[in-house]
Amino acid sequence: MELPVSAQGTHLPRSRGLLLHAAAVFAFLYLPIAVLILYSFNGQGVGGFPPRNLTLDWYRILFADGPIWDAVLNSLQVAFAAMVIALAFGVPAGLALDRAEFPGKAAFRRLVLLPLILPGIITGLSLLMLFNLASVKLSLLTITLGHGTALISVATTEVFAGLQKLDRAQEEASLDLGANYWQTFWAITVPNLKLPIIGAALLIFTLSMDEIAVSFFLIGRDNTLPLEIWGRLRRGITPEINAVSTIIFMFSLVTIVLWYRLRMRAEGSVDVGGELIESTSVNTLSS
Amino acid sequence: MAKTFGRNAVLRNVSLEIAEGEFLTILGESGSGKTTLLRIVAGFETASSGELWMGSERLDHQPPYQRRVNTVFQSYALFPHLTVEENVAYGLRVAKRPEAEIAQRVAEALDKVKMTAHAKAKPSKISGGQQQRVALARALVNRPRLLLLDEPLSALDANLRRQMQVELKSLQREVGIAFVFVTHDQEEAMVMSDRIALLRSGELEQVATPREIYNRPATAYVAQFIGHTNLLKGEVKGGVVRCESLSWTASLPDGPALFSLRPEHIRLAGVGASSGVVRIRGRVLQQAFHGATELIRVDCGGLVLVARTASGSGALNEVELEFSASDAVVVRESPERN
Amino acid sequence: MFSRAYKTAVTVPPLLWVTVFLLVPYLLMFAYSFWSVSPQQTIVHSWNLNNYSELLTKTVYWQTLLRSMWIAARVMLFSLLLGYPLAYFLSFYAGQRKDLLYQMVIIPLWVSYLVRAYAWKTILGSDGVFNTLLQYVHLTKHPLDFLLYSPFAVVLTLTHIYTPFTFLPIYAALEHIPRNLVEASHDLGATPAQTFWKVIFPLSIPGVLAGATFAFVLSLGDFLAPQLLGGPSGIMISNIVVSLFGAAYNWPLGAAISLAMLVIVVSLLVFSERLEKKWSFR
Repeated sequence: MELPVSAQGTHLPRSRGLLLHAAAVFAFLYLPIAVLILYSFNGQGVGGFPPRNLTLDWYRILFADGPIWDAVLNSLQVAFAAMVIALAFGVPAGLALDRAEFPGKAAFRRLVLLPLILPGIITGLSLLMLFNLASVKLSLLTITLGHGTALISVATTEVFAGLQKLDRAQEEASLDLGANYWQTFWAITVPNLKLPIIGAALLIFTLSMDEIAVSFFLIGRDNTLPLEIWGRLRRGITPEINAVSTIIFMFSLVTIVLWYRLRMRAEGSVDVGGELIESTSVNTLSS
Repeated sequence: MAKTFGRNAVLRNVSLEIAEGEFLTILGESGSGKTTLLRIVAGFETASSGELWMGSERLDHQPPYQRRVNTVFQSYALFPHLTVEENVAYGLRVAKRPEAEIAQRVAEALDKVKMTAHAKAKPSKISGGQQQRVALARALVNRPRLLLLDEPLSALDANLRRQMQVELKSLQREVGIAFVFVTHDQEEAMVMSDRIALLRSGELEQVATPREIYNRPATAYVAQFIGHTNLLKGEVKGGVVRCESLSWTASLPDGPALFSLRPEHIRLAGVGASSGVVRIRGRVLQQAFHGATELIRVDCGGLVLVARTASGSGALNEVELEFSASDAVVVRESPERN
Repeated sequence: MFSRAYKTAVTVPPLLWVTVFLLVPYLLMFAYSFWSVSPQQTIVHSWNLNNYSELLTKTVYWQTLLRSMWIAARVMLFSLLLGYPLAYFLSFYAGQRKDLLYQMVIIPLWVSYLVRAYAWKTILGSDGVFNTLLQYVHLTKHPLDFLLYSPFAVVLTLTHIYTPFTFLPIYAALEHIPRNLVEASHDLGATPAQTFWKVIFPLSIPGVLAGATFAFVLSLGDFLAPQLLGGPSGIMISNIVVSLFGAAYNWPLGAAISLAMLVIVVSLLVFSERLEKKWSFR
């Protein structure tokens, strides 16, 4: 249609009630984080109002804290390895779901999605039992295997969605012009999957860095960052935790904005997690 | 009903009056502003300036749900979660009419559009043409004072389209409500309308009955948009028009003039001469078969004319054409607008 | 269109991996739930239904399970009450700010769960920010006890965590509603409020179901929030399972309870999926 788009896209009158509600929800979502950040500078430590003696002490203590940085390093290693595993198996799985028919396909699709919808404790415990049976000692390796497995479906969903958007005619045109299947795959299919794969990688990395539920049961001697923090929380609160939380928040912020921009470039619009969630309930993957 | 409004960029200074019970078509290319005009009347857009009146009631301050105007959308916009029946009943339900009345009026409306058999079906299960009828019923059942139709037939294939044109026209006669019909198809406009309003780049070129618009186009654009025509640029001096190698007498003021000459007014020259008839020789460039008639493009010494002749003249090469000077209608220039 | 070699290459490796690391573990858990533990702290592989009968008869177990479901239900409810109007506002009223606001909703989602739960802990404690604030402005004289180490704290924290989760599918569903349906409804005389209840809400139901299920299911199995903020009265079923795999050393019983949770969760998911199909009109 040739219309200019009116300011709102619809002609609905303003609604003050909805605006207030939205503002309240945003406040609810951000206030705790704001408090956290604020108090990471608080001289008196955690709690108490109003904050006094603004200081960078806690950050200084944080940077000198050995075990925390060990844990950060561990988390990075795990996240990176988990990313590799999840992509290595998730990307082919996405392709398989899109193109191949095989017995148990429906069951496979559901199985792969389970770790995302089920409470992490179930996945964590069942993997614990597996490692116990196979007499595998718990360590960063077991955590990596857990993360990698649980996050396969993130890669699968993204790849699948990307494939659905891919115009079949492009591949057919390539074949028509003389390229064989492998050439077409690398020349046409993969470039179109570049952005979904990068997006998935970023997401998997972030989820792995923050993962606790599954890690909780698979942990050996070495801690990941969330588990290190968790351990300290059990022993008592120190303001150092505020500092490290603030830093984690900053990183998450950067990552998600990056991811968002990436998705925007890929599709022109973003439906963050919407596809993920939709596919776990209404069957996007089956349509 | 009278409407006056202007709006920058999309609609400029449009003033239109719609009579009770008339079938008015707003005709124009895409980008002409016709859909915007319709949406302003319906209430989905607001005009930047101007007023909208229905009888003695001022409309442009009212939201769409208060106006006694209903719309048939281009995409039909049927509610997917309601059956055909429930769709049609929607407006009445919202107005809280008694159930018995709703049932009766819905049945009547469905009968008028011949969709009674599909009353309990969901929109996804019926064809495009059927959806369109339901959309029509849904709008009409509310007995609006004005019905707006936004290119409702554009998604239908040619045969179904022609059928629906006839049905729509007779339906309008039957219910007696004013219809404002938007389309880019000039043939459709001619067939169905009592009056046509031709819109170009946000301004009205001409508002007239189909016959008038065809026979007496006001501007070059109108002449070219509706049907085929030959545009002849000429110079008038002392009551004589000169256009390339043609000349004829006309009582017009001196100066440049633009003429529209329809192909059907140009025929193969017969024997004998008559006054007021202009003759010219030429070579045939192209001969296109159109069923009952043929359109021939003739190069008459630099001036290319398109003539409509009866089929069956065989392949033509060198021809002599003639037309009556009175058939050359003066039209205004249509300057470029952005 | 694709060769068999290609298809095999993409299908077999994921299939194998998932079988070993997903299917087998779940099956193991299934098996474990029928075994028992001997007094010497070893697993006895004799098949029986003891664990299940214990789950059903011992009060602490089924009571905790019910309490967990009640907490999860409240989280689901509050998340919906917070998330739906927000999604509606963003989708229909936000105009050009829509994208920015959307980003703002999903950012908390990717911020560490632990960080957010911890934040609430520091706010709700008797020495916490909220209590000291209230005392500072002289609204209260003594700290409010119920704020922390209670089911209230758990529900509050989990609602905070899962509201964006609930928001996402609802927003997606609302965005999918063609705007011309809203216009058609207005054209036929319905006010915005009537349009919402008669057209928009029914078409958004699949999103609501997805979001609600997500919130409920994930809350049900949560053990971190209860452990941090729940106190003795806020213990949830997963905490019991954790202890059974830890100090209380009874893997078979833990497996049985986990399996019970799994069954509840999967049933809900299937049920929700059926409902969503019924309410999907595409």
